Amino acid sequence: MDFNLGNDTEGVSGRGCTVSTNARERWGERNNEDKPMAKWGMTIDLDRCTACQACVTACQAENNLPPTGPDDSRKGRNFTWMEMIPFAGEGERPKAIERLLPRPCLHCDNPPCVKVCPVGATMLNEDGIVGQVYSRCIGCRYCTTACPYTARYFNWSVPVWPEPMQQHLNPDVSVRPKGVVEKCTFCHHRLQNARDNASAENRPLRAGEYTPACVEACPAVAMTFGDLSNPHSEVSKLSHSRRAYKLLEDLGTEPKVIYLREGE
Amino acid sequence: MSAVSKRPDPPPLTEDAILLEPVLRTGWRFYVTVAALLSIMALGAYAYSKQYREGLGVTGLGRPVYWGFYITNFVFFIGISHAGTLISAILRIVGAEWRRTITRSAEVITVMVILFGVGNILIDLGRPDRMLNVIFHGRLQSPLLWDVCSITMYLTMSTLYLYLPLIPDIAILRDHTNKRHWFYRLLALGWTGTPKQHRVLETLIGVMAIIVIPVAVSVHTVVSFVFAMTIQPMWHSAIFGPYFVVGAIFSGIAALIVAMALIRWVYGLGDYLKKVHFNNLGLLLLVMCFLWFYFTAAEFLTVFYGSEPAHMTIFWMKFTGPFAPHFWTMVTTCFVIPVAILCNRRTRTVLGTVIASISVNIGMYLERFIIVVPSLSQPRLPHSESIVYSPTWVEWSILAGCFAAFSLFYVLFTKLFPIVSIWEVQEGRERSIAEVTERLKTYLPEPHASVERRAPVGVTP
Repeated sequence: MDFNLGNDTEGVSGRGCTVSTNARERWGERNNEDKPMAKWGMTIDLDRCTACQACVTACQAENNLPPTGPDDSRKGRNFTWMEMIPFAGEGERPKAIERLLPRPCLHCDNPPCVKVCPVGATMLNEDGIVGQVYSRCIGCRYCTTACPYTARYFNWSVPVWPEPMQQHLNPDVSVRPKGVVEKCTFCHHRLQNARDNASAENRPLRAGEYTPACVEACPAVAMTFGDLSNPHSEVSKLSHSRRAYKLLEDLGTEPKVIYLREGE
Repeated sequence: MSAVSKRPDPPPLTEDAILLEPVLRTGWRFYVTVAALLSIMALGAYAYSKQYREGLGVTGLGRPVYWGFYITNFVFFIGISHAGTLISAILRIVGAEWRRTITRSAEVITVMVILFGVGNILIDLGRPDRMLNVIFHGRLQSPLLWDVCSITMYLTMSTLYLYLPLIPDIAILRDHTNKRHWFYRLLALGWTGTPKQHRVLETLIGVMAIIVIPVAVSVHTVVSFVFAMTIQPMWHSAIFGPYFVVGAIFSGIAALIVAMALIRWVYGLGDYLKKVHFNNLGLLLLVMCFLWFYFTAAEFLTVFYGSEPAHMTIFWMKFTGPFAPHFWTMVTTCFVIPVAILCNRRTRTVLGTVIASISVNIGMYLERFIIVVPSLSQPRLPHSESIVYSPTWVEWSILAGCFAAFSLFYVLFTKLFPIVSIWEVQEGRERSIAEVTERLKTYLPEPHASVERRAPVGVTP
């Protein structure tokens, strides 16, 4: 175990990134051969969330999501890996308080999307991240229909960026071709970068070294990210708070994005 | 046997010569039909080429309605394919003698239409260029792969099951015509009609008829599993397997009746496809009508009584919401109209059964549509963008193109092979009448035995 427990750090195990693309080897099971891997997860404190949508924008910029307009929106062709879901709040309309709930991919431990993929283009990897292999995907959209959270997106056409934006694409994230499914990856490229840095300096991964763009951008500090398998991590403690709940918990999908209820 | 007697004088086909007419003679009507079908196919091909170039954005699909017309077509066409092989196999096994003139036209539907079932799945793919990934990287855990296996097996078996009873007729064509002689000689596999050949053929047909039934049932079961294995509301239902199989046989019989009526009308085969055939198939259709209603009622009542909120959202969408027109049209066309027509002996005519069948097929298409689309329209989580799915001209054109291509294939088949099995009709005339009389006798108490058995009763020791 490469735990590195400092006073303000949470320990996570560091290991070279292995994205398994051979689906026959795995079907949802985790690979526990040598070292226990981190189980990356997130808590979103709805008491702190102001619904400012900074996370949505940060995600769009970080992950090269193609910009879309009202026309696309009407056709259901938006790319919002992090999406604000409207929830009916308290009170009667028109005075009702509308609530918005930020929803990334929940990276279920029992992902319904991974089960149904006919070609193994999506998998639950050792880090607990549900990944998508764009070069394998045949675009049948079975995973998108199987996901109860509708957290998967399809490339209806070749993505286009207006002229100046093309020069601002993130070189760490591949641009998706038309006809494949894509989704939130917990900014997996950031984990790879952090691991590369750590192994170059011959040390384990430090807590806080790997943070997805949405968490980093949140001005209200409503989101916490880290290793859920480490009982000392902040995210792990928050996930056991009395306010913690999971979306559509009774479906048994075991999401690793955990919400903290308002009002305490 | 010997190479010299390559073309012995074939027995004349006095009575059934009309069955070879479509193969031998081609009129202007054929060319007009082919031209019309080809132009519709061209439209479909153009629509698909646009979709291939620009992506699935040319359809009406979007998040969350990721599946629409193409998946509906897929389920519908696979359903129609149950017309042939399954019905023909069941009729053969139970020895229904009235099957003889209709089995061929049923089996052709299966083979032709299954191609379009598979085709629609491929059309639906975002990356059709990668479709072989399903073979190279297939995961057996995915219900889609079950479909791939099951449908491939079904296509192979139905083709074989169509071909086997065709061999003697191909030999007749080889012997009676000079047209495409090499083609028929190749396909006839040297059939000369010896008793041994007949025995082998009949054994093979018998074996195939039995094997093909579980395969056919499995096909539509796994098609339903594509939906039922997910946890989406009103998809995740254990009844879906049998429900889909029943629906498939239902729409299959309806498609068969329509096809038979067209053949009868176009080729003047009223002596072969008689009123009794339409009457019997009409009765089968009526039975399936009630069975379909039973399954539909069971499905909806279970959902309604349990009244889980996620399921009820979809339920009300179908009953009173945006899909109510589809739903109530389905109930009318799948149940009310056909039952009204088929229950009455006076309306169970050729025309009556055809009207009922067309009605059933419209209803069954709608059924597939309201299984696929409503469950996707209202996902469990509230949604920032809601879309109302309506297919674009691309999807309509591809649907029309599929129907046209299927019809064209069917027409071409009737121009290449007799659409009514000649040898089976002859066999029925020559052998089966005597056989059936014999068989009937075995059902009844034997006169001698009963006399002997009764005799000791009176003799008390």
